[in-house]
Amino acid sequence: MGIRDKVAIVGMGCTRFGERWDAGYEDLIVEAFQEALEDAGVEKEEIEMAWLGTCFDEVSAGKSALPLSVSLKLPFIPVTRVENFCATGSEALRAACYAVASGACEVALALGVEKLKDIGYGGLPEFGSAMGSRNRILFPNVTAPGAFAMMAVRYFDTYGLNPERGKEVLAKISVKSHRNGAKNPKAHLRREIRVEDVLKAPIIAWPLGLYDCCGVSDGAAAAIVVRAERARDYREDPVYVKAMQVATSSGEELLHRWDGCHVETTVRAARRAYQEAGVQDPRRELDLLEVHDCFSITELVTYEDLGISPRGRAAEDVEAGFFELDGEIPCQPDGGLKCFGHPIGASGLRMVYEIYKQLQGKAGPRQLRDPRLGLTHNLGGFPAMSVVSISLFGLDRG
Amino acid sequence: MVGIASCGVYLPRYRLDRALLYQAVASWLNPAAFLPGERTVANWDEDSLTMGVEAARDCLGEDREGVGAVYFATTTPPYAERMNAAILATALDLGEGVKTADFTGSPSAGMRALLSALREAEGGRRVLVVASDCRMGRAGSLQEAMYGDAAAAVLVGEERLARVEGFLTLSQDFPDYWRVEGEAFTRSWEDRWIREEGYFRFLRSSVEGLLKKHGLSPGQISRLALPPLFPRDQPRLAKELGFSEAQVQPSLFEQVGNAGAAHSLLLLAAALEETEPGGRVVVAGYGAGSDSLLLTVTGRGERKVERSLRRRKELDSYEKYLAWRGMMPAEKGMRGEEVAPTSLSLSWRERRAILALVGSRCRACGTPQYPPQRVCVACGGTELEPYRFSERRGRIFSYTEDMLAFSVDRPAIYGMVDFEGGGRFWFDFTDCGAGELRVGAPVRMSFRRKYTDPVRGIVAYFWKAVPEVKDGD
Repeated sequence: MGIRDKVAIVGMGCTRFGERWDAGYEDLIVEAFQEALEDAGVEKEEIEMAWLGTCFDEVSAGKSALPLSVSLKLPFIPVTRVENFCATGSEALRAACYAVASGACEVALALGVEKLKDIGYGGLPEFGSAMGSRNRILFPNVTAPGAFAMMAVRYFDTYGLNPERGKEVLAKISVKSHRNGAKNPKAHLRREIRVEDVLKAPIIAWPLGLYDCCGVSDGAAAAIVVRAERARDYREDPVYVKAMQVATSSGEELLHRWDGCHVETTVRAARRAYQEAGVQDPRRELDLLEVHDCFSITELVTYEDLGISPRGRAAEDVEAGFFELDGEIPCQPDGGLKCFGHPIGASGLRMVYEIYKQLQGKAGPRQLRDPRLGLTHNLGGFPAMSVVSISLFGLDRG
Repeated sequence: MVGIASCGVYLPRYRLDRALLYQAVASWLNPAAFLPGERTVANWDEDSLTMGVEAARDCLGEDREGVGAVYFATTTPPYAERMNAAILATALDLGEGVKTADFTGSPSAGMRALLSALREAEGGRRVLVVASDCRMGRAGSLQEAMYGDAAAAVLVGEERLARVEGFLTLSQDFPDYWRVEGEAFTRSWEDRWIREEGYFRFLRSSVEGLLKKHGLSPGQISRLALPPLFPRDQPRLAKELGFSEAQVQPSLFEQVGNAGAAHSLLLLAAALEETEPGGRVVVAGYGAGSDSLLLTVTGRGERKVERSLRRRKELDSYEKYLAWRGMMPAEKGMRGEEVAPTSLSLSWRERRAILALVGSRCRACGTPQYPPQRVCVACGGTELEPYRFSERRGRIFSYTEDMLAFSVDRPAIYGMVDFEGGGRFWFDFTDCGAGELRVGAPVRMSFRRKYTDPVRGIVAYFWKAVPEVKDGD
C-alpha cells in the first residue's frame, strides 16, 4: 500500500526566509504561491483543492483555511487548514498528495506559512495552553531548545561523551549547515561560522548554545501536485512522490519506556517510508537529505534514526564529512532550519523545495552531482512526544 | 486524654545571613537594631501552603489513614477566600469527608489550632494541625530581619510521642503587630512596649497559670519551649519564671528567625525530639495573648528539626531575596508576562492528579503511569486504578538548564524523572542551581507554586522534583 509514483510535484515556490519585518502572512503566501504557479505553468483557476499549513495561528494568520483562500482569492474551492506542530508543512503536502492520489482531484495546492516575527520577543511564542489546558499545569515550563537539550544530555551520558567532546561534534553539524546556507540567497542566516564560534556562544539550554539552535523566522513555501501520469504534460522534469509516512507518539516515550537519545517516531516513519519507496539500504540508496535540524542534536540522532549511521556512532560520519555538500549523502544542502530559521508551517515544504530543485539540477552554487532520490524529515513536538513526517522524492518514475 | 502521634517540620533550603541584609540596607538603619545569625527564606515557588504540605508529609509519611480533620494555621494564607486547609488536605490525598479549617489572624493561630485539635480529637478522630508562615517586612525593617519562613505539623491522636496533660489560653486584643486587608507588610508599635506589656506579661501569666493548675513547679519540667522575641528576651523570661538554662528549648531565632504561626509547633517538635520519655514539656505560644500546653513525653521520634537545620544553602544575594518575594519590580520579559488562563473546573475535576500527584496503575500489567491514563501505556489495558506518586522517590532521566524559559530564578531547570517502581514524567526542578544536576541522581517530589496569575488572582500549585543534595555537611 502507499502512494509511490501516483503523484508528482510540478511547481514549487519558496519565499526568502528571515526576519521579514517588511511582510505579513498575506505577502508571504502570495510570494510563495506566485513562484509555484509560474514554475508549474498553471493558472490559479486550475487548482481544484488546497491545504494550508500553519501552526501558531493566533500570532499570524488566524485559524481555519480562510487566510489562504482570502489572500489568494481562491474561487470558492475546498480549502482546509492542517496543523501537526512543526511537521505542519509536510501535512499540508501529504493531504494534497492524498487528494490527487485518491482521484478526488487532478490539481492540488499545498502551502505552508508562518509569520513568527510579530510576537515581540525571541524564540517561539510562549506555549501557554497550546499543549492543552491540563498540560499547561502538568508540563514543566518547557521550551523547544530545552526539550531537545534533554536529549543531548541523555545522548552524551549514554555514549560516554563528555560535554566538551559532545558539543564539539554538534558544533561541526552547525558549521556544515552554515557553510551550505551561505550559498543560498533564500536563507535567513547567510554566513559561515567556525567551531570556536559555536563553542563560545552563549548557552540557550544546557548543553545547547546559540549556534546549536535554528533561527526563528518568517516564510512560506508552496507546492502544486498533479497525478503522476499527467505530470509530463506540465513539465519535463516533474518530481515524483515515492513515499509519505507519518508516525505519532503513543505516549510510551514520555510516560513509560525510552532511551532518551533517539526519536522513536523517526525510526517508525523511516521504516515505513523505505518500505513504501522500495528502499533497501538507505545509506547506499539515498542521494540527499533535508532533515529537521531544529537543533544540532536533532540532526545527529536523525542520522541514526534514519538508519544511515550506526547507533551511537553518527559522530564518526560527521567527522568523516559524510553529510557535507561534497560527502556521500549531503544533508541540509540548502542550509537547513539552522540557516533558514523555522517558520513552523512553512519548514516541511521548504525542505521539499530544496529536494525538488536539487533533483531538477536547479540548485545553483549548491547543486549536487546528479541526485536521483531525496528524503525530507520533518519533526513536530518534542523528542519525548512527537510527530514525524518522512517523505521520499525521486526523479524517475518507477 | 489524647496525645501527639507524630510531628513534622519543614524549613526552606535557603538562608539569608542577617549581615548580608544589613550590608544592603545599612545606610538607613540604626546599627543598634542589628540582629545576629541568619533567617530562613522560602524559595520563590514556596509559600505558607506549600511549606505546610511539606511539613504535613514529614509528619504523616505514608500513614494517611483515619485523619478526620486538617487545621491550617497561618497569618499569610495564599488565598483569602478558598479554603487553604482544603487545598492542603487534597494535596495530601486524604480523601473526601475530611473536616478542614483555616486558623489565622495572629501568630497564635498555630497554638490555637493545636488546642482546638486536642478538643476535636477527644471524640476519637485523628487531627492534623499544620502551621506555616511566610511573612514579609519592608526592606530594611526590623521585621524583615526577625522573620523566618517555616512550617511545622502535629498529628493529634495516639500517644505515640507524648500525652497531653492540659493547656491554657489567655486571649487579648494586643496590637503589637498588625496588617490590614490588602497590605503585604506588618507594622508594629514600639518594641519596648511589646516586650514589657506583651511578651513578658502574657507568657509569664500563661506558663505560671498552667503550672499552678497542674500543681507543678519549674523543677518538675524537663523542657520549656518559649517563642523568641529579641535574642536576649527568651532566656531572660525563662530565668524569671524560675527555669535553668538547661531546661530552655533554644528558640532557633539565629537559625530560622521568628516563624510566626509555625514557631511554637516547631519548638514543640524540637522539644519532643530532645526530651527523654517520662519527661514533662511545656510549650507556650505568643500572640493575641498566650497559649500554653503541658505534655508528658511517651516516645522518641526522629530528629527532624536537626535534619531540617542541616539542609541549608546560603542565599548569596539580598537582591535575589527581594526578587523572590516580589519586593522589587524585576524584569520578567514579555515571555514571563504572558500567563495563560487556568481552568478551575478542569483543576477541580483533575484535583487528585494535579494537587496530589495521583496517577494510575494498570490492573492487568501493574505499570504505574503519570498522569492518570484511561488506556494503559504499556499493555493497552483499560482497567486502571489510582496510584500516588508524591511519596515515590525518583531518579533524573535527563534534564536541562534553560535560559530561554521564564523563571524568577534563571535558568529554569527541568527534566524527566523515572520513579522507583515505575512511571516516568517530566517536571520542573527546584531548590537547585545550574551545574548541580546529573543523570541518575535521586530526587524527591515537592509541592510548589507552579505559577501565579496576577490578572485573574490565581495561585496554581503542582509538584516539582527536588534533587537530593547533601547540604551543610
